[in-house]
Amino acid sequence: MALRTSPEVGGMGHSIKRKEDPRFIRGKGTYVDDVVLPGMLYLDIVRSPFAHAKIKKIDISKATAIPGVLAVITGQDLAKYNLHWMPTLMSDTQMVLPVEKVMYQAQEVAGVLATSRYAAADGVAAVEVEYEPLPVVVDPKKALEPGAPVLRTDKKDKKDNHIWHWEWGNKAETDRVFSEADVTVKQDIYLPRIHVASIETCGCVAHFDKVQDKLTVWMTTQAPHAIRTVFALVAGHVGLEEHKIRIISPDIGGGFGGKVPVYPGYVIAVAASVLTGKPVKWIEDRMENLQADSFARDYHITAELAAKKDGTLTALRIKTLADHGYTDAAANPSKFPAGLFHVCTGSYDLKAAHVEVDGVYTNKPPGGIAYRCSFRVTEAVHTIERMVDIMAHQLGTDPAEFRMKNFIKPEQFPYKSALGWEYDSGNYAGALRMAMERIGYADLRREQAEKRKRGELMGVGISSFTEIVGAGPSKHFDILGLKMFDSCEIRIHPTGKAIARFGTKSQGQGHETTYAQILAEELGIPAKDIKVEEGDTDTAPYGLGTYASRSTPVAGAAAAMASRKIQDKARKIAAYLLEAAPEDLVWEPGKFSVKGAPNRSKTIQEIAFAAYTNHPQGMEAGLEAVSYYDPPNLTYPFGSYICVVDIDKGTGEVKVRRFVAIDDCGNIINPMIVQGQVHGGLTMGLAPALFEEISYDEIGNIQGGSFIDYLVPTAVETPKWETGHTVTPSPHHPLGAKGVGESATVGAPAAIANAVVDALWHLGVRHVDIPITPPKVWRLLREKGVTE
Amino acid sequence: MLVKVAINGEKHEAEVEPRLLLVHLIRENLRLTGTHIGCDTSHCGACTVLLDGRPVKSCTIFAVQAHGREITTVEGLEQDGKLHPLQEGFMAEHGLQCGYCTPGMLMTSVAFLQKNPRPTEDEIRRAISGNLCRCTGYVNIVKAIQHAAAKLQGGA
Repeated sequence: MALRTSPEVGGMGHSIKRKEDPRFIRGKGTYVDDVVLPGMLYLDIVRSPFAHAKIKKIDISKATAIPGVLAVITGQDLAKYNLHWMPTLMSDTQMVLPVEKVMYQAQEVAGVLATSRYAAADGVAAVEVEYEPLPVVVDPKKALEPGAPVLRTDKKDKKDNHIWHWEWGNKAETDRVFSEADVTVKQDIYLPRIHVASIETCGCVAHFDKVQDKLTVWMTTQAPHAIRTVFALVAGHVGLEEHKIRIISPDIGGGFGGKVPVYPGYVIAVAASVLTGKPVKWIEDRMENLQADSFARDYHITAELAAKKDGTLTALRIKTLADHGYTDAAANPSKFPAGLFHVCTGSYDLKAAHVEVDGVYTNKPPGGIAYRCSFRVTEAVHTIERMVDIMAHQLGTDPAEFRMKNFIKPEQFPYKSALGWEYDSGNYAGALRMAMERIGYADLRREQAEKRKRGELMGVGISSFTEIVGAGPSKHFDILGLKMFDSCEIRIHPTGKAIARFGTKSQGQGHETTYAQILAEELGIPAKDIKVEEGDTDTAPYGLGTYASRSTPVAGAAAAMASRKIQDKARKIAAYLLEAAPEDLVWEPGKFSVKGAPNRSKTIQEIAFAAYTNHPQGMEAGLEAVSYYDPPNLTYPFGSYICVVDIDKGTGEVKVRRFVAIDDCGNIINPMIVQGQVHGGLTMGLAPALFEEISYDEIGNIQGGSFIDYLVPTAVETPKWETGHTVTPSPHHPLGAKGVGESATVGAPAAIANAVVDALWHLGVRHVDIPITPPKVWRLLREKGVTE
Repeated sequence: MLVKVAINGEKHEAEVEPRLLLVHLIRENLRLTGTHIGCDTSHCGACTVLLDGRPVKSCTIFAVQAHGREITTVEGLEQDGKLHPLQEGFMAEHGLQCGYCTPGMLMTSVAFLQKNPRPTEDEIRRAISGNLCRCTGYVNIVKAIQHAAAKLQGGA
């Protein structure tokens, strides 16, 4: 894309330095735990050691005897206000604090309120809870067997642990295409529970001011406005109406989807502040964060792929068990219980597809949030990319060549997928070709053949993913009825500087910089002269927040549309000042000039001043605009990743030797920030591919509940990422942009898994579930008779 | 117990519980909130500060253990309005995103470059392996440290 602005203006395409950085590198950010209010109390939480148990008795006497402990809040206390249960985003119900029984290990049982952090922790240790253990259901397959204990005894008519059945696509047609296929492959794929583990945990400071009759909550949330509405819906009946609630999302230390839900701790803190009239701080520790906050994935997938003899793919069939824990608290658009999993036909031109997903209750914490991913897109991409690789190997075709043959072709866009999505634009072969050139694909295959002769294990893996992001068009996309538009409000000051506010909330993505660049592009006002604010519901326009890579596709588009409204008014003011007809003016970023008389011009700064000092009679003063952007379609970023792995036969360790990532996110706002997003996303793709997993033993004890055994990659395990891009603009986005924050997380795990299987295929290995840990590979090698 | 420390060159004293963690003394008693908390098992390194010039994880040290000693936090890096070369490097190379791990990364790197002014990339990666970053993928953090090393070598 050609640059339209100078580096000083800093519009789209400039790698300007981030506006956020000066405060962060000085330690002057304001994260929620940095908020301190006079008289503030601390909340700490008693948690269940059992995965399923009746609560027989809670004895708080020893706790309340501790100096500094003011109160212990239990489910019984909240039940008086009907606040012991709350609705989830998927219209299920979730306990704030239990009255009868606990449903997972580390579930909140009681809240201790004290004058200091340490006293609150002492109080937690002193609360005595008597439990009666109940049978535990951990495996979602067993949960569906007849005779399995029914977990949701709170739901009167519930006779099993099945939550919902969802299916999509033409079953009869898919079955017919399968029956005519020359070749079919079938594979069970498990994508385990993982946790986003942002380095900042979750927390809040809730302050109910009785005099002002106003609740202010500083809170680690990616969606402050939606949270305000949810709070009002849940607690409006006890006087917390929406105009009395202010949510402030301060600097956020990483979100990745984990800061979308409403966790019980937030609600207990709010209740405690309303009851005491004092500010209450709740900050979870790392173990609470890993053990009790919402999880991602936990999909048990069975996939089948059909092809003709000549290698033309024809159909895909998928059945999945989705383990949601004890409640469906997934953060999905309400109409899509399995998120956007039905983008699972990926980058390939398939005739038919059919997907079934069944949601299941187990004795685990609520799952189904994202792990830096747009609503189950990683699950979809991993499935199709694994299956395509299995088919290619099965047919004895090179996986790159096989993909090239089956890609949706550039001339097919806009492309209607077999499952009904309308892909906006793409050039999949272009990205794969670039990745192959960058990594030296042909040479790697030669090296692999030579090494195989010597008995060395080396693999090359490809993932050519297509994402679906930017939710979403209001016709189909809402959360609890709130349409998934997003917003931008711009005010140009008389001196030509500006403030812009958004309904989204950055958690490290750099919105203060990139949104300013959009305004700079559209208005010619230098990015340095534009202040961007987000996260305060009292000042920002309503929006649905930042997740699912929706900020650029939706709020970024709103910024362009609001800028264009301002440009329209500026044109009228300029015409008045230049004594010309508006249609005779020519716009270039930053000024209007008269057609054929370029010396007669007015800068945006001059026009802004006139808007307050010399505006035309009959026109309203000021230069402001707001846009609530309802996207006409989703955007479909894509890319091709190629990964080279070497496997140590002695230890089973997989080493990523090289990883080339070619991304296409449409037009780019800030290349430096886009590259940073890809680096980070790749590392969060590497993590579940090789290291991270949250599992449970048969009685529901969590394995991996601290950083001791939940292995977040360090700089040592992380390879030196090699990145590049192609540019295929989105035809419907006003800036041609698509969003990039999650592409790499979505695309990378399949590239790594495919590389490992590629290294082992000749030994008879067809699939390895992630995370591909050394013990897993070591056992596989021994099974196949490989020794060092 | 009375604890006396010099923090970023300023003397402070505070009456504290013996079990008070150093990170809480820094963040809550002295209100220097640049030092962050990211875990409770010494894995993430967000709380890294310098104690007598050596990097320590302040969530795993009692405040009283710092008695009579010098502490440097991220707030002490900028001198007379001039940023430390590492701070400049992190900005120049896009070595930070959410900013939460950044103070700990900076403090670890300050001590590392003093010990090893001309490090290899591998040495840098090992040096920061006690500091977790979830946003950047480390590539640009490595570049930021190289940027600062070059600048410090140049005598700037």
